[in-house]
Amino acid sequence: MSVPTLRILVGVKRVVDYAVKVRVKPDHSAVETANLKTSMNPFCELAVEAAVQLRERLGAERVAEVVAASIGPAANQETLRTALAMGADRAVLVSTDNASAAANSPSLESEPLGVARALAAMQSRLNANLIILGKQAIDDDANQTGQLLAGILNWSQATFLSKIEFEEQSDWLQVDREVDEGIERLRLRLPCVLTCDLRLNQPRYVTLPNLMRAKTKPIETRTPSELGVTLNPHWMITRVDEPPSRRQVTMLRNVDELVAKLRQLGVLNRS
Amino acid sequence: MLGRAGHLLWERFLPLRLAAPPLAGMHRAQHSHWLQRRQFGAPASGEASTTLKDLELIRNTVARFAQEQVAPGVFKREQQGSIEPALWKALFVQGLMGLEAPPELGGSGLTFTDTCVVIEELAKVDPSVALVVDIQNTLLNRAVRHFGTDEQRAAWLPRLAADTVGAFALSEPEAGSDAFSLRTRAEAVRSDFASSEAYVLNGSKCWISNAAEARWMLVFATADPTRQHRGITAFVIDQVEEAKSQGQIQVSPKEDKLGIRAASCCQVHFHQCRISARHQILGGLGNGVQVAMRVLNEGRIGIAAQMVGLAQGALEATLPYLETRHQFQRPLITNQGLQFQVAQAFAELEAVRALVYQAARLVDEKQGQESSEQLAEIARQAACAKLLAAQVACRVTRRCVEWMGGMGFIRQTPQEKFYRDAIIGKIYEGTENMQLSTIFRFLRFVHKEER
Repeated sequence: MSVPTLRILVGVKRVVDYAVKVRVKPDHSAVETANLKTSMNPFCELAVEAAVQLRERLGAERVAEVVAASIGPAANQETLRTALAMGADRAVLVSTDNASAAANSPSLESEPLGVARALAAMQSRLNANLIILGKQAIDDDANQTGQLLAGILNWSQATFLSKIEFEEQSDWLQVDREVDEGIERLRLRLPCVLTCDLRLNQPRYVTLPNLMRAKTKPIETRTPSELGVTLNPHWMITRVDEPPSRRQVTMLRNVDELVAKLRQLGVLNRS
Repeated sequence: MLGRAGHLLWERFLPLRLAAPPLAGMHRAQHSHWLQRRQFGAPASGEASTTLKDLELIRNTVARFAQEQVAPGVFKREQQGSIEPALWKALFVQGLMGLEAPPELGGSGLTFTDTCVVIEELAKVDPSVALVVDIQNTLLNRAVRHFGTDEQRAAWLPRLAADTVGAFALSEPEAGSDAFSLRTRAEAVRSDFASSEAYVLNGSKCWISNAAEARWMLVFATADPTRQHRGITAFVIDQVEEAKSQGQIQVSPKEDKLGIRAASCCQVHFHQCRISARHQILGGLGNGVQVAMRVLNEGRIGIAAQMVGLAQGALEATLPYLETRHQFQRPLITNQGLQFQVAQAFAELEAVRALVYQAARLVDEKQGQESSEQLAEIARQAACAKLLAAQVACRVTRRCVEWMGGMGFIRQTPQEKFYRDAIIGKIYEGTENMQLSTIFRFLRFVHKEER
């Protein structure tokens, strides 16, 4: 049986840059995001790097193409350019500009269910057999898109990956998942959805020559309706607050101090 | 919410990246809510949107590289007085050493404005690193691209972009501002000036940046002192290691400098250093003054960009302190006197930044079609930009030290380092007084024409 070539779809999200300090809007409706620096979600960088590394490891004959996709406004083209500069072959923007009715909803672009549906539609157009995503986005921490996508496509999934390895000349993969109890090793088969965790790889820096070369790689724009997808918001954020400020913490150096402190607080019974 | 992944990201240490934890004093640039990244260098031509987007992408890419790969080692480099080999390599791999060279010759095909953005972003973090990138791009690459034959461009641009550090050797112990009274002599091996096949260099240069690491040098020497300026010629030594091993070039130990200490600066001595007339003369015999003036007039805009970045870096490192340091039960920044000083610093920096990018755009616009009037205009704008940028950088860094109070006076803090680094801006690539002379000279030129 011949080994199937890989057609990899990578989803990337544009988020507020991780180094930026965000503030809550005065009306507590959302976080202030206007005019803040944005960049590719760090977990999506891991996904792009994983796809590019797969091609480097398995060879160009085995990996037919790596396509980066993003759902959002035209500004997402910058994020897609970065993915192209890291090594993706081409990119697709599912444009939410001029989207209908729900356009004013702040969560339109980022709701995982809508994104998953859009990516599923992309998959069938591209005939992708491997979809790699970051495990979550740093703005909503939803951690749902990969799982939902696998459900919609009825594919295998492996999430929180710290290692991806294809078996020799096979369409089976062995992966390591980082879970609370430790590392879980799974074996799964194409087609599948993978989501990436921090220790999977170190995303390469985009070098300036690659950035300039990426200008020649195509970025297609599609609308949700072209893909047969409607992006309707399913939830509404009622209130956003900053976390309560922490009370003063006292560091204790040893057990005696701990006992003394507990006694002082009246917590220990003198019996 | 947002911070969690950010913290986790610091755990990563990569072979490709320099594994070093950030130093206590030099925290990563906290983009506090009122210090947003701005877009600068809007192009004069009509392709506004594409080029602006490119500029932002380039700026963000280099800013990230600077924060993650350059920032961690700033104080180590300062102490050691050198840039570590791993960072040299990273600069080349990142494509920062051949920015404007055409892609088919190993470069990125960027504009001079892009180069200034790159230098500015690097200078916000480490002005010494910005300097070496500036020299490689605005002096050496520029000289080869403008004055090289096709053969020379094909031979040298790829090397300069890929892995070869270069040096620009003009100044001498007796020839600083009066650079063209230089005495390094190129003797023709044949007696006839114009048809010699080889030259032999003898003489000494000083204040040569990158000299300790350079494997390629652009050296200015006079091939015929009787012709004064018209004898000065630009020579290229493209195999410095070989020349050194034959005792033809000797590089003295590094100078122990007040500022930009990580960039090496040495004397270079030439003893019977052999030059092939056919391959190693840049721009033609007797054309050295043209070469030097052209690249320096434009290159000093790069220095101006370095000064702007340096001042911005100092401000960004200082403002968070002003917000968190409390005296009299309130943050320092609530004092209006201090607010006015901060506002003044920002206003001056904005003005000078606009001037720098205006000059850079002028260079890009006029590329390849300059009349002598246009070259004069570029020279005048460049001199204005460099003069004011250096002055503003010195003022702003001095203020930052003062605002920090006692902390500003302690070594190993960013403010104290930026303060010392800024001073060279008034000295190298044309002193303050030379800039003033240049500006006046071109003003007079314009006025004389109008009469």
